[in-house]
Amino acid sequence: MAVGIRTQDLRKVFNSAPPMAAGGIVARGDAKGSKQPKPQTTALDGLSLEVAPGEVFGLLGPNGAGKSTTVGVLTTRVRQTSGQAWIGEHDVLQDQAAVKYLIGVVPQRPNLDFSLTAREILVFHGAYFGIGSKQRNERADALLEKFKLTDRSNQMVRGFSGGMMQRLSIARAMMHDPQVLFLDEPSAGLDPQTRILLWEIIGEYNRAGKTILLTTHNMEEADALCHRLAIVDHGRMIAVGTPKELKSSIPGGYLLRLRFSSVPAGLLDRLKSLTGVSEVKPAESGADVYSDRGGSLIGEVASVVAAAGAELSDVHISEPSLENLFLHHTGRSLRD
Amino acid sequence: MNWKTFFAMLARDAHVARRNAMQLFFQTFLQPLLFVFVFGKVMVSSGFMRPEYKNLLLPGIMAISMVFTGIWAVAMPLIAEFQWTREIEDRLLAPIDIHWIAVEKVVAGMIQALAAGVVVIPLAWLVLRPGVEIHVHQPLAFVAIVLLVAGFSACGGLALGCSMNQQHIGLMFSMVITPMIFFGCAYYPWSALKTFPILQKAVLINPLVYASEGLRGTLVPQFPHLSLVAVLVMLVVFDVLLLFVGLRQFDRKAVS
Repeated sequence: MAVGIRTQDLRKVFNSAPPMAAGGIVARGDAKGSKQPKPQTTALDGLSLEVAPGEVFGLLGPNGAGKSTTVGVLTTRVRQTSGQAWIGEHDVLQDQAAVKYLIGVVPQRPNLDFSLTAREILVFHGAYFGIGSKQRNERADALLEKFKLTDRSNQMVRGFSGGMMQRLSIARAMMHDPQVLFLDEPSAGLDPQTRILLWEIIGEYNRAGKTILLTTHNMEEADALCHRLAIVDHGRMIAVGTPKELKSSIPGGYLLRLRFSSVPAGLLDRLKSLTGVSEVKPAESGADVYSDRGGSLIGEVASVVAAAGAELSDVHISEPSLENLFLHHTGRSLRD
Repeated sequence: MNWKTFFAMLARDAHVARRNAMQLFFQTFLQPLLFVFVFGKVMVSSGFMRPEYKNLLLPGIMAISMVFTGIWAVAMPLIAEFQWTREIEDRLLAPIDIHWIAVEKVVAGMIQALAAGVVVIPLAWLVLRPGVEIHVHQPLAFVAIVLLVAGFSACGGLALGCSMNQQHIGLMFSMVITPMIFFGCAYYPWSALKTFPILQKAVLINPLVYASEGLRGTLVPQFPHLSLVAVLVMLVVFDVLLLFVGLRQFDRKAVS
């Protein structure tokens, strides 16, 4: 029986710098001895989310958007300031032990138990979840095999590479066969081969009827894996839908980022009147042009700009993508 | 309450302790045994100390070994596991109320403190003999004191371990551990401080005083010691207080 995820009006205000587990990269001010009030960071600002049972759902957004805090609340690791979160029928705050049976968590940074070997990590994890001795040993061996870690199974994990730690983290999260799997930036820092292995495993796990929530700022990953996506920024949901729906919601599809030597009056209006252009947004010393054409528009753009007495200093064309969608909604790039 | 999870975590700590057994052994016993050798053996046989001092020293050494094993066994792993690797996370995600994870750490620390107490007595006896006599004069009070001492040291380790960062370990040594040892009445009875009346009152906030005096009162009652009732009451107070503080600090560290 697949299990869904729901949040309602989640708010989280950190009174100090958000912990790394919550993904916030905030410079830690040296507040010692000063009388200033503690800095407050609003990580989540009324986020409501609904993930259907059996769905692969992606949270997409730049660093500090609130993705990891959302995962933190849903996995009992962050206590929300207000609002509610549920895994299946269980309120995350009220019913922690039941929720923890249902979820598996792959953190942004591997948090493996450095006092144990790879195999012991899996076997003890199984024991924490009350899995019998025979079964947890078998399952550990199967997962080590699946994640290509069998030859390192009796080594301490301290010496593992980042990719190996990441694979072991995922194996550990799957050890108790959770109904809902959370993956926080699963492919960050993985080599392309491992990334493909990971995507395959995530797909396979989902086909077994499990719900998956992943955070990413990698378009390709979101596109390849997710049934539905939510775009999150400043702790708020900006847009939600299938990757295809979201992409088709961008006016025109193509994005031309133009930069000029100067921006004469009336230039933007003239750009808007070109065939195929659906929207022109002013940007710093330039404009973002949404249109249904890409390269074929450049000649016309160049002559319009020249006629207005300015000069094109930079042109960047992007095809319809989630990146453009993000830019369209927030005015900034995912990588900013 | 999920006992399977609780015992699995205890088994994990036992497994790690077994793996680090040698290191733990030296960490726990080297310093007290060197002390026993220098003060109980060298100073006594050279005539600078009276032979009775050996008997006085033994309960104090037991108290020190237990208390610092208990603190150490809980605080050091917690400091490391709450550090930025967040190793403790897999247990925080185990299906159990997180306060039980803290309680499990305390139980593991108590077991190690009790083991230290059991082991240091014959070791010290071997170094000090001949002329050392140990009798348990009040077995019930002795057992109660030993358990309470193990309890407050493990709870103290929980409170310290959840209040400090790795970079403060050196500071913990010089600000907490060293004064605790020297003003813990382990190497001298509390009554020996009577010529320093202010200090004699001040050291009463040090729980090691009650550990040393309590063990002295039950093992070598011929020496002056605090009343056992006062010792038991204060040990209970420290156990409850440090458990309360420790659980609160653990909660703060564990959930953001």
